[in-house]
Amino acid sequence: MQFGVFSVSDITADPTTGRTPTEAERLQAVLRIAEKTEEVGLDVFALGEHHNPPFFSSSPTTTLGYIAGRTQRLQLSTATTLITTNDPVKIAEDYAMLQHLAGGRVDLTLGRGNTGPVYPWFGQDIRQGIPLAVENYALLRRLWDEDVVDWEGKFRTPLQGFTSTPRPLDGVAPFVWHGSIRSPEIAEQAAYYGDGFFHNHIFWPADHTRRMVDFYRRRFEHYGHGAADQAIVGLGGQVFVRKNSQDAVREFRPYFDNAPVYGHGPSLEDFTRETPLTVGSPQEVIDRTLGFREYVGDYQRQLFLVDHAGLPLKTVLEQLDILGEEVVPVLRKEFEARRPAHVPDAPTHESLVAARDATPEVAA
Amino acid sequence: MSTRTLAVVSAGLSVPSSTRLLADRLADAAVDALRARDVDVRTEVVELRDHARDLADHLVTGFPNASLRPVLDTVAGADGLVAVTPIFSASYSGLFKTFVDVLDRDALDGTPVLLGATAGTARHQLALDHALRPLFAYLHATVVPTGVFAAAEDWGGTSISRELGARITRAGGELADLVAARAPAAADDPFADVPSFAALLHGEA
Repeated sequence: MQFGVFSVSDITADPTTGRTPTEAERLQAVLRIAEKTEEVGLDVFALGEHHNPPFFSSSPTTTLGYIAGRTQRLQLSTATTLITTNDPVKIAEDYAMLQHLAGGRVDLTLGRGNTGPVYPWFGQDIRQGIPLAVENYALLRRLWDEDVVDWEGKFRTPLQGFTSTPRPLDGVAPFVWHGSIRSPEIAEQAAYYGDGFFHNHIFWPADHTRRMVDFYRRRFEHYGHGAADQAIVGLGGQVFVRKNSQDAVREFRPYFDNAPVYGHGPSLEDFTRETPLTVGSPQEVIDRTLGFREYVGDYQRQLFLVDHAGLPLKTVLEQLDILGEEVVPVLRKEFEARRPAHVPDAPTHESLVAARDATPEVAA
Repeated sequence: MSTRTLAVVSAGLSVPSSTRLLADRLADAAVDALRARDVDVRTEVVELRDHARDLADHLVTGFPNASLRPVLDTVAGADGLVAVTPIFSASYSGLFKTFVDVLDRDALDGTPVLLGATAGTARHQLALDHALRPLFAYLHATVVPTGVFAAAEDWGGTSISRELGARITRAGGELADLVAARAPAAADDPFADVPSFAALLHGEA
C-alpha cells in the first residue's frame, strides 16, 4: 500500500499571525514538503492544479519535473489534473515528458474542476463537465496507447495522423486515477477502463465515500477487470498529529476554524465526527485510518492533506516527521497483515511494464 | 396497503409557536381525510428550529451532518408534505428557505404539498401566493389549491377562527386527494440510474 501527501497549493493567511505567505514562499514551501515526503519514507506526493488565486499551482508538471530531479523514489501524482479544461493533447505530451524525466515515477489523478468561471478561460463550459471528461479522456487514452491517431470529437479540432511526443516511457502510459467526490459517472468511467478511482474523502461523511467506492468496485468487476475487491482505490485523508492529543487539538483549532473550505461552520469536534478529519495522537491517526478499510475494503493508496489552511512550513515538516516515524510504519504493517493475497498493490511503472510483457498478445 | 408518510415541516421559532400549531392542525386534517379514504398514514414532524445550526453547517460544508441527513431523507421520501413558515419581512423566513435550499433538486418533484404561513397581521397573507407558491413551483412540487394563512386574529374564538378551521379542513382534504391518488413514494437511489459508459461515450447521457 502506498502512503503520501497531497497539496492543493492554497496560499492562505496563517490565522495565528495574520500573515499570508508570498507566492514565492509558498511555492518553495511545497517543494520542500515534497522532498521531505521522500526523506521521511512516504511514497507519494500529489499536487493540485488550479488557475485562480489563492492557489499557485497552474502548471503541476513543471513543479513535479523539478521535484523529480530532486528525489529518487518518490512517486509523483496530481490532485487533480483537469481533464475538462486542458487539451488532452497537451496532457498526453506533458505527462509523457514528466514520465521520462522522472524515470517512470509518475501517475495522475484526473478531475473535472468545480469552479464555473475557470472553464471559459480555457474555452469550455462547466455544464459540459461530464461529457468533456469522457471525450477528453477517450482521446488521451488513444494518444498514449496508439502511435498514430486519427480522431474527431465534439470538443476540439480533429486530428489527422497525429503522434503525441514523447511516446510514453517503455511504451506504457502513466497509470490514471479518476477523482470524483459525488459523480457516479466518473466512478463508472474509472471502472470501464480498469483505472484507479480516487475519492477525496475529506469533505464528506464516510457513508458517502463508501457508496461511491462500492459502486466503482461493482462496475470494475462488471467490465471484467477482476473481482470487485481487486479494483484500485485511493483515498484522501486529513490529519493533524502531535504526541499528545490535546496539544494537537489546541494547535490545530485556529487553522480549522478559519480554514477556507469548511471554516466558520461546524466545530472541530463535529467535523471530526462527520468526516475522516483526525486531530490527535499518532495512535488516534493510526486507529482512524485503519478504520477506512472497514467501509471501502482493502485499498491501494492513502494520501493525507497536511499543508493547507495557512499552516506554517515548520509545522508541516514536523507533521511529516511524525507521519514517517510513528504513523505510516505501523499503518504499512497493519494494512499488509489484513490484506488478502489476491488484492493487488497500486500499479507502478515497473508493474505495468511487467504486466504488458507478461501478456504480449494484448500489448499491441 | 402500504402506510403513507406525511412529512410536516414547521419553521416556527418560538416554543410553543403558532406556526407549529397551524402545521399540526393541517397535518391532522390531512390524516383524517386520508383515513376517511381508507389510506393508512403516519406523520413525521420536522421542527427546523432544532436544525438551525445543522442547516448553517450544511451551507458551509456542503453536506448534511448526521442529525440533518435523516430529516432530508424523510422529506424527500415522503408521500406528501405540509410546510408552514412564519412570514418575515414580506416572505418565508430565512430558516425555511435555507431548508429548501439544501434539499436535493428533485427531492419534491411531483410531491403533493400543502402550504401554510403565519404572521402577526393579515396584511402578510398574500406572501403565501407571491412567495411560497413560486418557490414550490420551482421545485416541481404539486401544491394544493388552498394555502392556509393564519394571522393573530385567526386564533381568537370568533367567527374568523371558525373560518380558519374550515380552510384547514378543505386544504387537508385537497392534500389527501392527491396523496391517495399517487403511488407510494419509492426510495431514491442515486446509483440506480447511472448511464452505462457506452451511453456516456456516445453522448446519450
